[in-house]
Amino acid sequence: MTEQEPKIGVFLCHCGVNIGGVVNIPEVVKYAQTLPNVAYAEANIYTCSEAGLASIRENIKKQGLNRVVVASCTPRTHEPLFRSACREAGLNHYLFEMANIREHCSWVHKQQPQRATEKAKDLVRMAAARATWLEPQEEPSLEIKDTSLVVGGGITGMTAALSLANQGFKVYLVEKEPELGGNLLHLHKLYPTMQDTKEILEPTIRSINASDKIETLLSTTVADVKGYVGSFKVTLARAEEKREIEVGTILVACGAANYTPPKGLYQYEIYPNIMTQMQLDELLKTGKVTKPPERVVMIQCVGARKGEIRAMDLAGFPKSDTARLLAKILKAKKEEGWPYCSKVCCMNAIKNAMLVKEKFPKADVMILYGDVRIYKEYEDFYSRARESQVKFVKHIEEVPPEIAQAPDGRLLVTAYDALSGQEIKLPCDWVILSTPMIPRKEEVILARMLKVPISSDGFLMEAHVKLRPVDTQIDGVFVAGAASGPKDVPESVVSAMAAAARAGTLMANKQMTTEALTSVVDEEQCIGCGLCEEICVYGAHYVEEGTSHTIAALCRGCGACAAECPRRAITMQHYSDDQILAQVKAALMEES
Amino acid sequence: MEQAKLEQKEFEPVILAFCCNWCSYAGADLAGTSRFEYPTNVRIIRVMCSGRIDPTFILSAFRWGADGVLITGCHPGDCHYVQGNYMMERRFAFLKEAMNQLGIEPERLRLEWISAGEGEKFAALIRDTTQRIKQMGPNPLKTA
Repeated sequence: MTEQEPKIGVFLCHCGVNIGGVVNIPEVVKYAQTLPNVAYAEANIYTCSEAGLASIRENIKKQGLNRVVVASCTPRTHEPLFRSACREAGLNHYLFEMANIREHCSWVHKQQPQRATEKAKDLVRMAAARATWLEPQEEPSLEIKDTSLVVGGGITGMTAALSLANQGFKVYLVEKEPELGGNLLHLHKLYPTMQDTKEILEPTIRSINASDKIETLLSTTVADVKGYVGSFKVTLARAEEKREIEVGTILVACGAANYTPPKGLYQYEIYPNIMTQMQLDELLKTGKVTKPPERVVMIQCVGARKGEIRAMDLAGFPKSDTARLLAKILKAKKEEGWPYCSKVCCMNAIKNAMLVKEKFPKADVMILYGDVRIYKEYEDFYSRARESQVKFVKHIEEVPPEIAQAPDGRLLVTAYDALSGQEIKLPCDWVILSTPMIPRKEEVILARMLKVPISSDGFLMEAHVKLRPVDTQIDGVFVAGAASGPKDVPESVVSAMAAAARAGTLMANKQMTTEALTSVVDEEQCIGCGLCEEICVYGAHYVEEGTSHTIAALCRGCGACAAECPRRAITMQHYSDDQILAQVKAALMEES
Repeated sequence: MEQAKLEQKEFEPVILAFCCNWCSYAGADLAGTSRFEYPTNVRIIRVMCSGRIDPTFILSAFRWGADGVLITGCHPGDCHYVQGNYMMERRFAFLKEAMNQLGIEPERLRLEWISAGEGEKFAALIRDTTQRIKQMGPNPLKTA
């Protein structure tokens, strides 16, 4: 506790009717005024409004408050706002605390207003108890090195590297393959403009090579990453050769892979002429077609969107042979697949269908789909495909089409037409499987190295889907392109530019302040046992001359060392034993 | 006898829940934004990581009269701080043993993994824990 007597101000938010409609706020205000060390309490309609924030600022000055508690919503969204109000009034923002009486109270106890009010009192009492023990903190400032590492030399990585170079930063562009280009090297043309991938790739690669700010490292992978924002120490590996570089920021742009079906799924790799869209792209690109196809059948969502069976779809299908249908469904359930919609496959299939039509005008092209998911300007492209006689057949997805080989060597696709309710048999020459974009193994390994969380789909997670795309939970690490989920070229380019801008902002500032949530060792108490050094995954502790020390820039603030230290010599700042125990005690006892 | 039964029915336990900032606290927030109703008996204490939770916090809570304590963290493999939840899991085994020796039923302490997306699971956990602690009755240290 600081030497000054704590003078806590409590601001209770009605949040319109969100809190005020359940919790009796005036009663809680009255209660708050009776709490130890609370010098002032008031209610606001919206504490987060300008009027509410102004009241916090004013009362810090007028009442001489040296601690502020806001009882409103979750600190996960609003803490930064209230903290800045404290700062503006000259109060160190670590002397601020929140009580979550909305998400954890009024919204979950709507049916029990009296008890919710009692709980709100408890939560305010706990927050005030913790506030009493809060201490001002200085946020450490870090130097940010103005070089960047871009992992992945596809369209995303190249765009990001160029953008960073144009901002004046030195960039290391690392690609694991012997040439730049990524997935676009294998694609033929791009929707909806039907541009040849070459037209996009070649000028980009030329600019990369022409830039004196970009150092391109081919056949190279990231072997290890140490350090932290502003000064990451990265070990790059090229065959047996190792190289160390130091960068301020890291941009992950290693894209996604195309899912290759296991042998036997839709007779893949069993009968000839069954291929993925990616393989069709390559076939059309090389033009090595021996016999023009009479009919091409494309199957959508192969290995994708294999979630639960949607009972609604089946209910609307009375004409079917139910028993056979169910048997097929059970079989389908066993197939391994990716649960999400890969977003680009519909357009890609339509594009390839049109290319087939263009090349072989007599060919009949059919797309078996569950849903066609297209949007925006692509709608027009879809209409064009229909006009050029590409046939779209809605089939029952839960009953995967069966593929057999006819005696004459052609393929026979049997599917359930959802509209007619009939089984349809389609003799054809090629079967094209639309498979999703999936995370790469290397990407997952890299994410682990960088400590960036991975979503349940296996892609790198952005810090916040809406508010902080391209940022990650780790300061100085950004993600662009398909590494964070399926994206087509325009979307990848947008996110590459966004990530480059975010990394550039950080590097242009040359330094940043980080949260003061770091551990501190009491050297008098420490016996140098080294347990903290052993358990810290960030390498933030080291023992020297019999005592442990903290490297503040490496400490992420989890506080595990403070809990493990057998001598209780480590204090986790802002989450100290005193602060937490005060909260525990206040939760259980009225007079704390 | 009837009276005793009635009193037991009216027993409203006080339960503390330690939630980590990144997963389970966010899960509790989601229960709120989704308006999943649950009993009012739980008081949440936010820590950055379940790895921060010192056994002292738990034992002090029981000494000060908590009827139940809930520790929640990220799912194994999902810890924001890589392995803080595993550290908590190791302490959990020790804590159960310590509680046994102190004469507090180890069942009063519970460790569960809740992700930021599991609001429904969080609400269900609170309902279930409250129910269980209600059946167990008050913390024996309180009545002793």
